[in-house]
Amino acid sequence: MSTLSECILGAAAGEYVDRKVDRAYAHDGTGVLALEAWKDMGGDRLGKDTEYYIQFDHIVPANNGTTATLQHELRDFAKSSFMQFSDIGCGICHQLMSEGIVLPGEIVVGADSHSVTLGAFGAFSTGMGASDMAAIWLTGETWFRVPESTGIHLTGRFSGAAEAKDLALTYVGKLGMDGATYQALEFVGEGAHHLSMDERLVLSNLSVEAGAKAGLFYADDVTVRYLKERGYDVGPQDAEPCDYRQDLDLDLTDIVPVVAVPHRVDTIKPVAALAGLPLDQVFVGTCTNGRYSDLARFARLVKGRRVAVRTIVIPASASVLEKAIRTGVLADIVEAGCTIGTPGCGPCIGYHMGVLGDGEVCLSTANRNFKNRMGVGGEIYLGSVATAAASALEGEIASPEAA
Amino acid sequence: MLGTGTAICLPADIDTDVVIAGRYLRTRDGGIWAAHVFEDLDPTLAPRLRGAVIVAGKNFGCGSSREQAALAIREAGVVAVIAPSFARIFFRNAINIGLPLIESDLTCEEGSTVTFDLSGGWVEAGGKRHTIRPLSLRMQEILMAGGLVEYWRAHR
Repeated sequence: MSTLSECILGAAAGEYVDRKVDRAYAHDGTGVLALEAWKDMGGDRLGKDTEYYIQFDHIVPANNGTTATLQHELRDFAKSSFMQFSDIGCGICHQLMSEGIVLPGEIVVGADSHSVTLGAFGAFSTGMGASDMAAIWLTGETWFRVPESTGIHLTGRFSGAAEAKDLALTYVGKLGMDGATYQALEFVGEGAHHLSMDERLVLSNLSVEAGAKAGLFYADDVTVRYLKERGYDVGPQDAEPCDYRQDLDLDLTDIVPVVAVPHRVDTIKPVAALAGLPLDQVFVGTCTNGRYSDLARFARLVKGRRVAVRTIVIPASASVLEKAIRTGVLADIVEAGCTIGTPGCGPCIGYHMGVLGDGEVCLSTANRNFKNRMGVGGEIYLGSVATAAASALEGEIASPEAA
Repeated sequence: MLGTGTAICLPADIDTDVVIAGRYLRTRDGGIWAAHVFEDLDPTLAPRLRGAVIVAGKNFGCGSSREQAALAIREAGVVAVIAPSFARIFFRNAINIGLPLIESDLTCEEGSTVTFDLSGGWVEAGGKRHTIRPLSLRMQEILMAGGLVEYWRAHR
């Protein structure tokens, strides 16, 4: 019996296959190098039967003339080659692909490590580098080694203030940063079916932090309903009993709010153990936790109060921003004293829009806390939206359980 | 493919942010990447990498998909990287730009001479020969061509 990765790639774990890529996307960070490789390969027209996307999200709007010039060249290429282009402010590439584009069973490649996010739809979605992306532009295909899979068996429902991010950090902590290298993660069990699409996207998003090349959910009623609301008529995927390379059982009821401490995503501590640690900044956003449901939850917790530390909130996409404006969520966040950034990656990769100074400490809802990532000498603690809200109100790491 | 170099030892879980920081990505100048490679790990490392073989701990190259990480190491003059395991995007990126990666549990001795033969499937250091996990056929073809750009130039 097959894993979902084996089903979609049509071969057994360990085999090498060449496959048509259904959707290929790149952003302003990796697209520039991909364009250079494409030119060097002698690229003239795009491979057939693949949908191509370029989304500007990493440095938006451009921070200086050099960036603007590189973006200008890539923008021209995207338009002249008839790729589907999303300019600055449209949002983070993974988020845009999740807003009614990627469908169950598809093979998706993004030139970004967090392309694993789209596994939430039951697609095989993985990240590659610039040269691989250029070769996909050329041929519409790429090679894969069909991965073995780790089964993450979920039971129960969240209790207290714990949310999907706490579960994600918990499983990365248990597997370790290379616990699933060369493998795919499959999130299965009745606990998985209770999760919303937004929650699944968080769990899939973090799978690369355990080294996985994909993190998949089987499409079920939740997936079908989400895509129906966006104009697609798809069916659920049936899980076959299969052998996983390793298994991890997690009961959602037992999950507590946690943070990943500098400089490793797999070094997890309960928020309660770090309560009182002074902060210089709180950042809510990114391809992990910048969705509408995240902003709405954050707003509910800070509404009518004032944050005690500088707090940056960046919606993951323009449609997230629009909805937050329409529903009043944005007003609640601004009235609480937070700063709003252009939809995109924000300071997560350390270019601009809220990078840290030497010695500064940030509680971030992002997915990486590597040394100097958000600025030289800055320290990054990764946590949930609820932990970010509680911490922003206190100006120090605070448990959302107490809020 | 034969190669030899001087061993430089690095720890496990080297992430691509540490290989080349985000603040140096806004360029296509390989010289800038080579000058700042591993800066946040050890600022004295970059000038010592010409002719070196990096022998690192497990999970080398984890994190971001930035191909500049592999390019920075190649541009700094590194002959090959040896580690028990590599993060998979970095693995593809390195082979795609013609930087040999060798999966081996070799124990690192700083400054010792490391010799390898990818076709022969071995790496030698301190008088001891270790077998290496072979690359897939496709990766061997890409590496032998000099990288993915050269591979596709030849295959179109």
